[in-house]
Amino acid sequence: MTTTTLIFYILSGVLLSSAVMVVTTKNTVYGVLFLILAFFNAAGLFILAHAEFLAMILIVVYVGAVAVLFLFVVMMVNMETKKSQRMDRRYLLMGIFVGGVLVLELVVVFMSWNTSPEAFELIFAPQDGLSNTHALGALLYTHYALIFQAAGLILLIAMIGAIILTLRQRENVLKQKIGDQLARQAKDSVQMVDISPTSSFRNLESLDDSATPRGRTSRVS
Amino acid sequence: MIPQHRGEEQAVSLSLDHYLVVAALLFTIGSIGVFLNRRNLIVILMSIELMLLAININFVAFSQYLGDLVGQVFALFVLTVAAAESAIGLAILVVYFRNRGDIDVDDISVMRG
Repeated sequence: MTTTTLIFYILSGVLLSSAVMVVTTKNTVYGVLFLILAFFNAAGLFILAHAEFLAMILIVVYVGAVAVLFLFVVMMVNMETKKSQRMDRRYLLMGIFVGGVLVLELVVVFMSWNTSPEAFELIFAPQDGLSNTHALGALLYTHYALIFQAAGLILLIAMIGAIILTLRQRENVLKQKIGDQLARQAKDSVQMVDISPTSSFRNLESLDDSATPRGRTSRVS
Repeated sequence: MIPQHRGEEQAVSLSLDHYLVVAALLFTIGSIGVFLNRRNLIVILMSIELMLLAININFVAFSQYLGDLVGQVFALFVLTVAAAESAIGLAILVVYFRNRGDIDVDDISVMRG
């Protein structure tokens, strides 16, 4: 057993056990932390498979963005559940059944597949001599440029969708509308009234309802 | 075993089968997690992330096995879509939590509110 194999077994062992912990743990915060551990170990597996760029992307995107997003949501959302263990057992049986069927199918596929000899003649982009990032970039920005743009578009749509979904206009919140304030003119709010010295003060009361464009009106005499 | 294409610097005792077994186990754990977890939606989303990770491991393993970089390009796109999916999923979850006050999976089938 070489060192590479040993590292592979360690990484995949930690990966699988942390995946089990993600699924089974009660505390969701621990689940997210185990998910981060699983991503790190998968990045190690990618490095063993000579996919260094994808390993780094996995750490940056998943650990740096997605897992942090998960953590934020976990802390934002109230996690207490009233009927937690009520139907756990039925779902456990169901899950074990589905997982067993899946494992059986995968074993059948695993036992019976083989590579067709033509597959090695159909290699589209061999990585000859370049570093992994260099070769990937040379492929991604030339031949897959349109799909790359489409991926960016998907991210843009996801961003817009997430913002639109979570944006809400609160009522009963007083906000400063600077546009309204700047657009306020003197003729909207100030009213000149001639008051003869002999007239009574009561005449002014009728003006209150007539010309008040917004809110309180100041009266200047 | 079919020889590795750029395996001259690599002390090869790691075959494709290693990666395939790990990815299959990871995918199974993720799919069990979707069924097992009726407590909250976040764990289901995390299980989906695990399944997508297993897919990515398969892509990378085959990419190395065949010596073809297209597998890694595709894994990159899978990563992109997974990030978008989790962002949208978490946004929906936040909106759902705002409307209902909890995120019990059993009640989500009720299409109202």
